[in-house]
Amino acid sequence: MEQSLRDKLDGLDTIVGVLMGGLAVQLHPIPGPVPVVQVSIEGREELPIYVTCSDSQILCLCYLWNDSEVLAERRTELLETLLDLNPSVPLSSFGRVGERYVLFGALALNARPADIAEDIAALSDNALDALEALSEFLQ
Amino acid sequence: MSMIKKVVTLLRGSAREIAENVVDANATRIYEQEIIDAKQSILEARSSLADVMAREMQAGRAVTRLEGEIAHFESLALEALNKTQEALAEEVAGKVAALEQDLEEQRKARQSFASQVSQLKELIKAAEAKIREHEREIAIAKTTESVYKATQSISDNIGHSGSRLASARESLERIKQRHEHLADRLQASEQLDRELGDKALASKLAEAGIGQDANRQRQVMERLRARQAKPTDDQ
Repeated sequence: MEQSLRDKLDGLDTIVGVLMGGLAVQLHPIPGPVPVVQVSIEGREELPIYVTCSDSQILCLCYLWNDSEVLAERRTELLETLLDLNPSVPLSSFGRVGERYVLFGALALNARPADIAEDIAALSDNALDALEALSEFLQ
Repeated sequence: MSMIKKVVTLLRGSAREIAENVVDANATRIYEQEIIDAKQSILEARSSLADVMAREMQAGRAVTRLEGEIAHFESLALEALNKTQEALAEEVAGKVAALEQDLEEQRKARQSFASQVSQLKELIKAAEAKIREHEREIAIAKTTESVYKATQSISDNIGHSGSRLASARESLERIKQRHEHLADRLQASEQLDRELGDKALASKLAEAGIGQDANRQRQVMERLRARQAKPTDDQ
């Protein structure tokens, strides 16, 4: 499985770099029970994208913030904003995994590296935009 | 219980519990077995379907043939009656009666094959729906598991590497600062290019004897000569 994810991501760093206007992109596998590859984009190292895959799909995830960082008095407003915003964000959706808010994109298992790269570039841009737009809800 | 309902129930627990419990090994195995069984029954139903459809077509052809023969012999019987050949007409009527019996049997067979065809098609449709449903349930469970396990791995990895996860605001600030720095550098380098470009242009102009710099020396000499000619003016 690990090997198959790496095969799928073959050449991804180069394609993402080209898509993002020549930025340096690095891939690092993350050890663990499920295949995960970290994608670091030059200048945005604090907001890496993680790619993982199950038997049915490829998921690209960007962790935005933790529940504990949300201003308690504006929590409901933030959640409603995320729901409202969701359909407008191209290729990415908001979600939460445990304590962490995420922006993610899902692709079919047979997606080509170019499709995955496009999703990652969109995800990175969307995450940065979303973080900036929604930082008023955070401590 | 549907898989989404199960995930909703599990969401009330901890992230670790979700990762560990969402794929119930037993339930998944049952689903996977049911998918295998359903695929097998589709294969069998498809092969019977082809056979039954072929038989239905055969019965259909027999019905058409028998209807033709009956019409043919009936017209012969009529002709015999017209020629007052009663005995012959009787004999042909016997033939028609036998053919009618065959026709009835073939019609019944065709009807029965047709209903088998629709039953088999229903069976295939149901099996396909079951496969799709189970595959979706397994996909929900496995995707949930992989997302939670991946998040766990990523957290563990950040923990091991010793670097603490910065808050979102801090991250955003750092990225923005870096971008501003980059933008400043770009601006500075553009300015530098411009300045260097200006100087290069000015010196080219001077070389060509154009502009203020070109005749500055001459102007100074003219001023000095003028002072030399009238030394008393200054005193």
